Amino acid sequence: MANAKEIKTVLFGPVFANNPIALQVLGICSALAVTTKMDTALVMCFALTFVVAFSNLFISMIRNHIPSSVRIIVQMTIIASLVIVVDQFLKAFAFDLSKQLSVFVGLIITNCIVMGRAEAYAMKNSPGMSFLDGIGNGLGYSVVLLVVAFIRELGGSGSLFGVQIMPLLSEGGWYQPMGFLLIAPSAFIIIGLFIWVLRAYRPEQVEKA
Amino acid sequence: MSSNNDSISKTLIVVVSLCLVCAVVVSTAAVQLRPKQTQNKLLDSQVNILRSVGLIEGKASPQVIADTFSKHVESRLVNLETGEIVADCDTSCAESYDYRRAMKDPELSAALDGAADVASIRRVAARAPVYLTYDADRNLKAVVLPVHGYGLWSTMHAFLALETDGNTVIGLNYYEQGETPGLGAEIENPRWKAQFEGKKLVNEAGEIALEVKKPGNANPDSAYEVDGLSGATLTANGVQNTFTFWIGENGFGPFLQKVRQGALTNG
Repeated sequence: MANAKEIKTVLFGPVFANNPIALQVLGICSALAVTTKMDTALVMCFALTFVVAFSNLFISMIRNHIPSSVRIIVQMTIIASLVIVVDQFLKAFAFDLSKQLSVFVGLIITNCIVMGRAEAYAMKNSPGMSFLDGIGNGLGYSVVLLVVAFIRELGGSGSLFGVQIMPLLSEGGWYQPMGFLLIAPSAFIIIGLFIWVLRAYRPEQVEKA
Repeated sequence: MSSNNDSISKTLIVVVSLCLVCAVVVSTAAVQLRPKQTQNKLLDSQVNILRSVGLIEGKASPQVIADTFSKHVESRLVNLETGEIVADCDTSCAESYDYRRAMKDPELSAALDGAADVASIRRVAARAPVYLTYDADRNLKAVVLPVHGYGLWSTMHAFLALETDGNTVIGLNYYEQGETPGLGAEIENPRWKAQFEGKKLVNEAGEIALEVKKPGNANPDSAYEVDGLSGATLTANGVQNTFTFWIGENGFGPFLQKVRQGALTNG
């Protein structure tokens, strides 16, 4: 294992400094689809963090034995198996949420963050650090997802985690929900604003024109 | 990385052993968790039936759901063509009937041609489940029908609970749909669903009369009119089509005809 400073960089670097969604713009498909509500976004975050951490761990453990000609397929097999296991667990223990997430848990298999970390980090680093790198990238993904879901659920339905914060006009309250926030394009705009704020704060992330 | 990793024998060994390990892990998870998943599905359908008749509001524990269901509900199969309850199929037989699979099976269902397929569901099963609900004194209180039809994006599934006159709606419960969040998906909103309570499906002449109007245009005193959803005209049309089909002669029409004549109440 490496020293404490390196662990910290690997674990928390991806949250803001090297965020997989905001800087690398990977894995935004699911960030559009599951962020209409906080609870589905949260479950998706756990599922993705679990998959990316363990796929990194297992791939790193066998990295010295993976033939380079079939390495992508080997990575996919491990990732797909983990995703199916997660999906089965959700169906057994969080049935309502798994119904709402429907195909998107399965689509973690094709999430670029998982593949990207396996190929870019786990193939070259020790299992322990790869596992932390997976957790770190999961956290980075989670931060963006939860921010987007917070704005979309609060603005679009006036609630958070299904608890009504602002009573809706249609139910006798005062808040006219912004329906636009509930459809997928709004997530694009929110992610765009997120990236803008992040890069205004950290100008080194701006690409050279 | 050692260079012999790319030899054919090493490649085959790694790939085959990895596949074996992954296959064992995945199938163990699937087999071990299946009973729990099947139970979840069953409870999910039971709680939705109970919600449509108002025996359960909101969330309930699995124990409460299973108890309430076994105490108040009996499942039966109905032959849709004749409208008669299949005599040699008791509750346990009806509960083991896989309606979703029967709808797809060419031997157990029939294709609908264009004009008859009002709700765009393509096939209809020959036999459909119905759920008879009883009060604590074993008096028949309601009959619950599973209905579905195509909205804007998705097939919308609901349970429709009717009084024993086969005409008055007790409740309508949409429980599975993929309509636009915030617009069409509001068919799951309890306030919208509540409008259907007490409405009549058919008029005195026996014609389908229930009508989903443009939002705000429904006459609150009318026994037949409900408001649609603003911003979701096509979803509301889909709801209307679902009713038109399932109350009609290709759906539960013949069965409801018999219910109206007292088939369930006269023993």
